Amino acid sequence: MAYRANILINRDAAGAEAVYKAFLEALQDVALRDEVQVWMTSSVSTSAQGVEAIVYPDSVRYVNLTPEDAVRITEEHLLKGRPVLALTQAEPKVTPLPPPAPKEVRVVLRNVGKINPFDIEDYIAEDGYAALAKVLTTMTPEQVLDVMKTSGLRGRGGAGFPTHLKWTFARNSPTHPKYIICNGDEGDPGAFMNRSVLEGDPHAVIEGMIIAAYVIGAEQGYFYVRAEYPIAIRTLRVALQQAREYGFLGKNIFGSGFDFDLEIRMGAGAFVCGEETALMRSIEGQRGMPSTRPPFPAVAGLWQRPTNINNVETYANVPQILLKGGAWFASMGTEKSKGTKTFAIAGKVKRTGLIEVPLGVTLREIVYDIGGGILNDKKFKAVQTGGPMGGCIPTKYLDMPIDYESLASVGSIMGSGGFVVMDEDTCMVDIARFFMDFAQEESCGKCVPCRVGTRRMLDILNNICAGRGKPGDIEMLQTLGRSTSNGALCGLGKGAPNPVLSTIEHFRAEYEAHIYEKKCPAKVCRALIEYKVDPDLCIGCTRCARNCPVNAIAGKPKEKHVIDPNVCIRCGICKQVCPVNAISIY
Amino acid sequence: MEKGVTASVEKFIERYGDSPEALVEILRDMNQYQGYLSRESLTAIAQRMRLPLSTVYSVASFYSLISLKPLGKHVIRFCEDAPCHVAGGREIWETLEREVGVPFGETTLDGQWSLLPTSCIGACAVGPVMMIDDDIYGNLTTDKVHEILARYREADGVGGAA
Repeated sequence: MAYRANILINRDAAGAEAVYKAFLEALQDVALRDEVQVWMTSSVSTSAQGVEAIVYPDSVRYVNLTPEDAVRITEEHLLKGRPVLALTQAEPKVTPLPPPAPKEVRVVLRNVGKINPFDIEDYIAEDGYAALAKVLTTMTPEQVLDVMKTSGLRGRGGAGFPTHLKWTFARNSPTHPKYIICNGDEGDPGAFMNRSVLEGDPHAVIEGMIIAAYVIGAEQGYFYVRAEYPIAIRTLRVALQQAREYGFLGKNIFGSGFDFDLEIRMGAGAFVCGEETALMRSIEGQRGMPSTRPPFPAVAGLWQRPTNINNVETYANVPQILLKGGAWFASMGTEKSKGTKTFAIAGKVKRTGLIEVPLGVTLREIVYDIGGGILNDKKFKAVQTGGPMGGCIPTKYLDMPIDYESLASVGSIMGSGGFVVMDEDTCMVDIARFFMDFAQEESCGKCVPCRVGTRRMLDILNNICAGRGKPGDIEMLQTLGRSTSNGALCGLGKGAPNPVLSTIEHFRAEYEAHIYEKKCPAKVCRALIEYKVDPDLCIGCTRCARNCPVNAIAGKPKEKHVIDPNVCIRCGICKQVCPVNAISIY
Repeated sequence: MEKGVTASVEKFIERYGDSPEALVEILRDMNQYQGYLSRESLTAIAQRMRLPLSTVYSVASFYSLISLKPLGKHVIRFCEDAPCHVAGGREIWETLEREVGVPFGETTLDGQWSLLPTSCIGACAVGPVMMIDDDIYGNLTTDKVHEILARYREADGVGGAA
């Protein structure tokens, strides 16, 4: 007879027999023995994880099973048709974060790498959903807003708008229905704190969103996560399912009469979709292009309804604030920038990775105390904060405390918290060109200042790096930068000139060297450098000549070799293969 | 119409519904299923969702993870963003072009490889980084790229292309 479902168990794992028997008995108990067939088979996957079982036709793979699990799967999945997600194949766990450095304080990252993101019980054991219970059973939305106001939490997506004000606007909008959105379209190169939180502590974000929904009066919410983060999306799916099973999502949460549910929407590869109006168009199934504000999302957002949209990190702060109080949060940080902020340190430092520090620490503390200093003990040159729309901050501001205002005062931004450290080998003109290339590529093309401005600035920067710079280029870049910034529709175009303007301000001499002397001081721009063989060091081994892809090197065995600069394409292979380091860049 | 296109479109519409808001999701899943979106797929989606073909095309062409031309068996996506660039990404970029034998944005003639730039994949602490299909490789060096590609070639039973 045909069976409704088949269970395949790998017989080679220890304990497989017991699980097999448990399945048979459990099926007998629920009278499904005639409908479900259980098989012992050889290994069911390439990477065996304990006793495994695959349930067909659903193709659900369970791992590390015990006989008790077999009973649970039988009752939930086979009888009620609900796969037990907690027992399915665990995704590679988030790499545990190293222990916090002395100056670190972890609020948003407190659970990342410490709890199992696939088990809601782990989160609950860490006071998870306690804030939600407190809010729904003992607080009015106004009281929640008061706490948020005291905390001083500002948007962690980068703009730093006070969260309680955003919520108040959405709450006061008279139209219904209202929506909540979590912006997980973390597109800033160098920033991966949202990915870590979504993969490591998804329930904190979910809890924060439910609280926000309660305050503004929304019944439906969306996670917008970029498709480049498949593991984050899978983790969230499991987390949402578990939150529903536990009654934290759905109808009548905590018996309070409040209904709310969440859906995941994925991006499809567009940086500009991190901009809130573009993001909402993308959720609506359209091209993700920004639109003018006002109207702000709080008035007319998703489907023209009042919408509150915050970043992953903003929501992740919310449960902690409501549990420990606004004053606790406000005790960290500076006068106008409260709390902690995550930064993703990348580039030329010894220790790269994710950190969380109270706002107000200095750049020096991050680069040297936490980052361990510059790689290979080279000289610090600049740090670029805030992603591709941020500016480059030079050495003289190393002791500046980091908050929203001080970063803006030196031509950079907080942004999402990207933190790219550059050393003396980094060419600032090349970096500016690089970021402009990114902005130009990602410009959606809707507004003229951004579409044409980024293109023109990129052309000029390309020329300068290629040795075709001319007097007046620097001034032209500044004029273009200002008009693009003033005229652009959204944050992408407004911020795109920042890397150029800040490098001109702080590293003007490097631009001048490229334009007037046709030299790249950091020896990066290929048109402006030359590879030469030092005749005193060359041993005539011919290795460089043999490896040169364009035959630009002349010389016989045991004789000094010479590079023809007119043929050389400056690929650097000769320098890499030279056994005596006789080749240098000039 | 290509075999199976209508059936797959139907499957994704069943999953996401046929209201216009489902368009991005359907395009992305169909792209993943087919490897790219053929004109037939775009037409089928447009007809089924009662949208003008131009609308479907304009959305499909907007997002970088949706491809309108066929890609290779393996798709290499190399991160071209700043943290990877600062960490030595330019050399790896050139190494990849040399090893695969096509410039970025292209697919090899034998259909084995597509070489594409990607925006940040959030693995900046181990840059330079590339993704081959769904697997991420970090801390890339010239030698490591060579080794990794050789592994794929061996698994596919194909000789070196470059």
